[in-house]
Amino acid sequence: MPLLQVNNLKVHFPIKSGMLSRVHASVKAVDDVSFSVEQGETLGLVGESGCGKTTLGRAIMKLQEPTAGSVILDGEDIAKLSGGELRARRRKFQMIFQDPYNSLNPRMTVGDIIGESLDIHKLAANQDERQKRIQELLKAVGLDPMHAQRYPHEFSGGQRQRIGIARALAVEPRLIVCDEPVSALDVSVQAQIINLLQDLQKERGVAYLFVSHDLAVVEHISQRIMVMYLGKVVEIGPAKAVVHSPKHPYTQALISAVPVIEIESKRQRIVLSGEIPSPINPPSGCPFHPRCPIAEARCKTEVPVLREISAGQWAACHLAK
Amino acid sequence: MPAVPELEAAIEVAQKDIEAGTSLWRDAFHRLAKNKLAMAGAVFLALLFLACFVLPFCGIQSYETTDMSLGPTLPSAKHWFGTDVLGRDLFSRVLFGGRISLSVGIAATVVSLIIGVLYGAISGYFGGKLDMVMMRIVDILYALPYTIFVILLMVLFNRSILLLFLVIGAVEWLNMARIVRGQVMALRKQEFIEAAVALGLRKRRIILRHMIPNTLGIVVVYATLTVPGIMLLEAFLSFLGFGVQPPMSSWGTLIDEGAKRMEEYPWLLLFPALFFSATLFSLNFLGDGLRDALDVRASKD
Repeated sequence: MPLLQVNNLKVHFPIKSGMLSRVHASVKAVDDVSFSVEQGETLGLVGESGCGKTTLGRAIMKLQEPTAGSVILDGEDIAKLSGGELRARRRKFQMIFQDPYNSLNPRMTVGDIIGESLDIHKLAANQDERQKRIQELLKAVGLDPMHAQRYPHEFSGGQRQRIGIARALAVEPRLIVCDEPVSALDVSVQAQIINLLQDLQKERGVAYLFVSHDLAVVEHISQRIMVMYLGKVVEIGPAKAVVHSPKHPYTQALISAVPVIEIESKRQRIVLSGEIPSPINPPSGCPFHPRCPIAEARCKTEVPVLREISAGQWAACHLAK
Repeated sequence: MPAVPELEAAIEVAQKDIEAGTSLWRDAFHRLAKNKLAMAGAVFLALLFLACFVLPFCGIQSYETTDMSLGPTLPSAKHWFGTDVLGRDLFSRVLFGGRISLSVGIAATVVSLIIGVLYGAISGYFGGKLDMVMMRIVDILYALPYTIFVILLMVLFNRSILLLFLVIGAVEWLNMARIVRGQVMALRKQEFIEAAVALGLRKRRIILRHMIPNTLGIVVVYATLTVPGIMLLEAFLSFLGFGVQPPMSSWGTLIDEGAKRMEEYPWLLLFPALFFSATLFSLNFLGDGLRDALDVRASKD
């Protein structure tokens, strides 16, 4: 049984207007997404801005109420839980945020930020144990345990991100949703944080849902990669396969856009025409067909479903081989 | 590369600074200390407090002993600020009046602070329909002519000073509620609030531990601006005869009495008015200084 099983998850944002707040349309940020994450696995989630990857992460975290579908974590549907039951389960899934400057309360010391995680779930029997746990966690993420007394504004971006990781780890979660955890950091610091996340995964067996728009980072850290376009999954499969032999034309275009250093590179850049369609009125049939270089007549009418093209690699395209 | 001793020394000092670990509040205090006007205001207020709350117990003349044979006299060595028409020592009357005015100002501000911050934080955090209803209530209360509201309450209940505190505070919280609501709504979108939700914190704890402490900067500033506002309101009420009753005095009543006799005995207006304006200025300067000092954007990076 996978650790996380997401079935037909939908997150629609209603667009209201007028005095009576009538709903006359909705933004389909996440539309019928299903996937799973195994224990201790990293699933990379890529896509361009506005494709719904952050919303999907937030819906799994229950920071955003899903419109429909189920999120089964450890055999329990957390999409249906609320109140105290949900708060108690939150120990199992945590989140690392994008902006290290916004994700720490500026009025709390680092020790209190991490300690609060312990307090809420009663993970430290007494003050001594609490201190010891905080120091262990700071050491685990590569910070000086003496720094517990300091405030977030005294740290650099990379150090703050480490504090955010320590906070998430404090409750010993099974799954961590990483929402673009390195995109606000310098490249050299990015590598340190990625390595830290990998080391922690090896030690603790935690699973990551790693949301990013940076394919190179995602390829490096993930066992499998999922590609989203307009709120739908277009391709999912083993990281190497998705990056080196993408099946869906959108994935192919996305990967061809990654800059390479080799001067002699023979790779062809696929330039997509047109703009991303509005998620309020997604195109009929395959959502990608207006921009797809190989689209046929049936792509305009038939919605493609994910099908296994090669071992473990699934793509939602009528024409993928 | 040539060594730069100044730079190295500066780095060393900076490192010591970092080692010490400064809190935001301590930083804010350092910045406040650099603001001369604000510090002057703070020092004046501290001295005023001492004078108003300690001096009256140090055997100065009584504020209520009348001396009809003396009548109104100019300031002298015995009566520093002179005496009023009933021969009462004006210096001690100003100090006793300051006690009432400052206590009303501060107590009413505290009342308005507690109501306003909690109301605003709840309204801003929950949002939606609850926020709509709560803010319309504020709008309705705001639309009432509040001096008339205060006067009505004062007439309905006994004219006690305690009640005066509470009534003014209960009227003054509206602005505070709006300010805090706006702040909380902005904070709600911050990632550290989402992190708190993701950790499984109760809403009450999120509001009390994560929201309110982050609005305190603005709240403190607004509070220092509310105190003079309330003192003015108290002066106005006393001026109308709804506030403090004789022989007690407040700066409002003293200014009222002085204004009536301004042409014959100008010192009766001059001294209370001087104290009153100096206090208002000090509070405003301190408020300004606090606003700058607590501005996180100005903090060292």
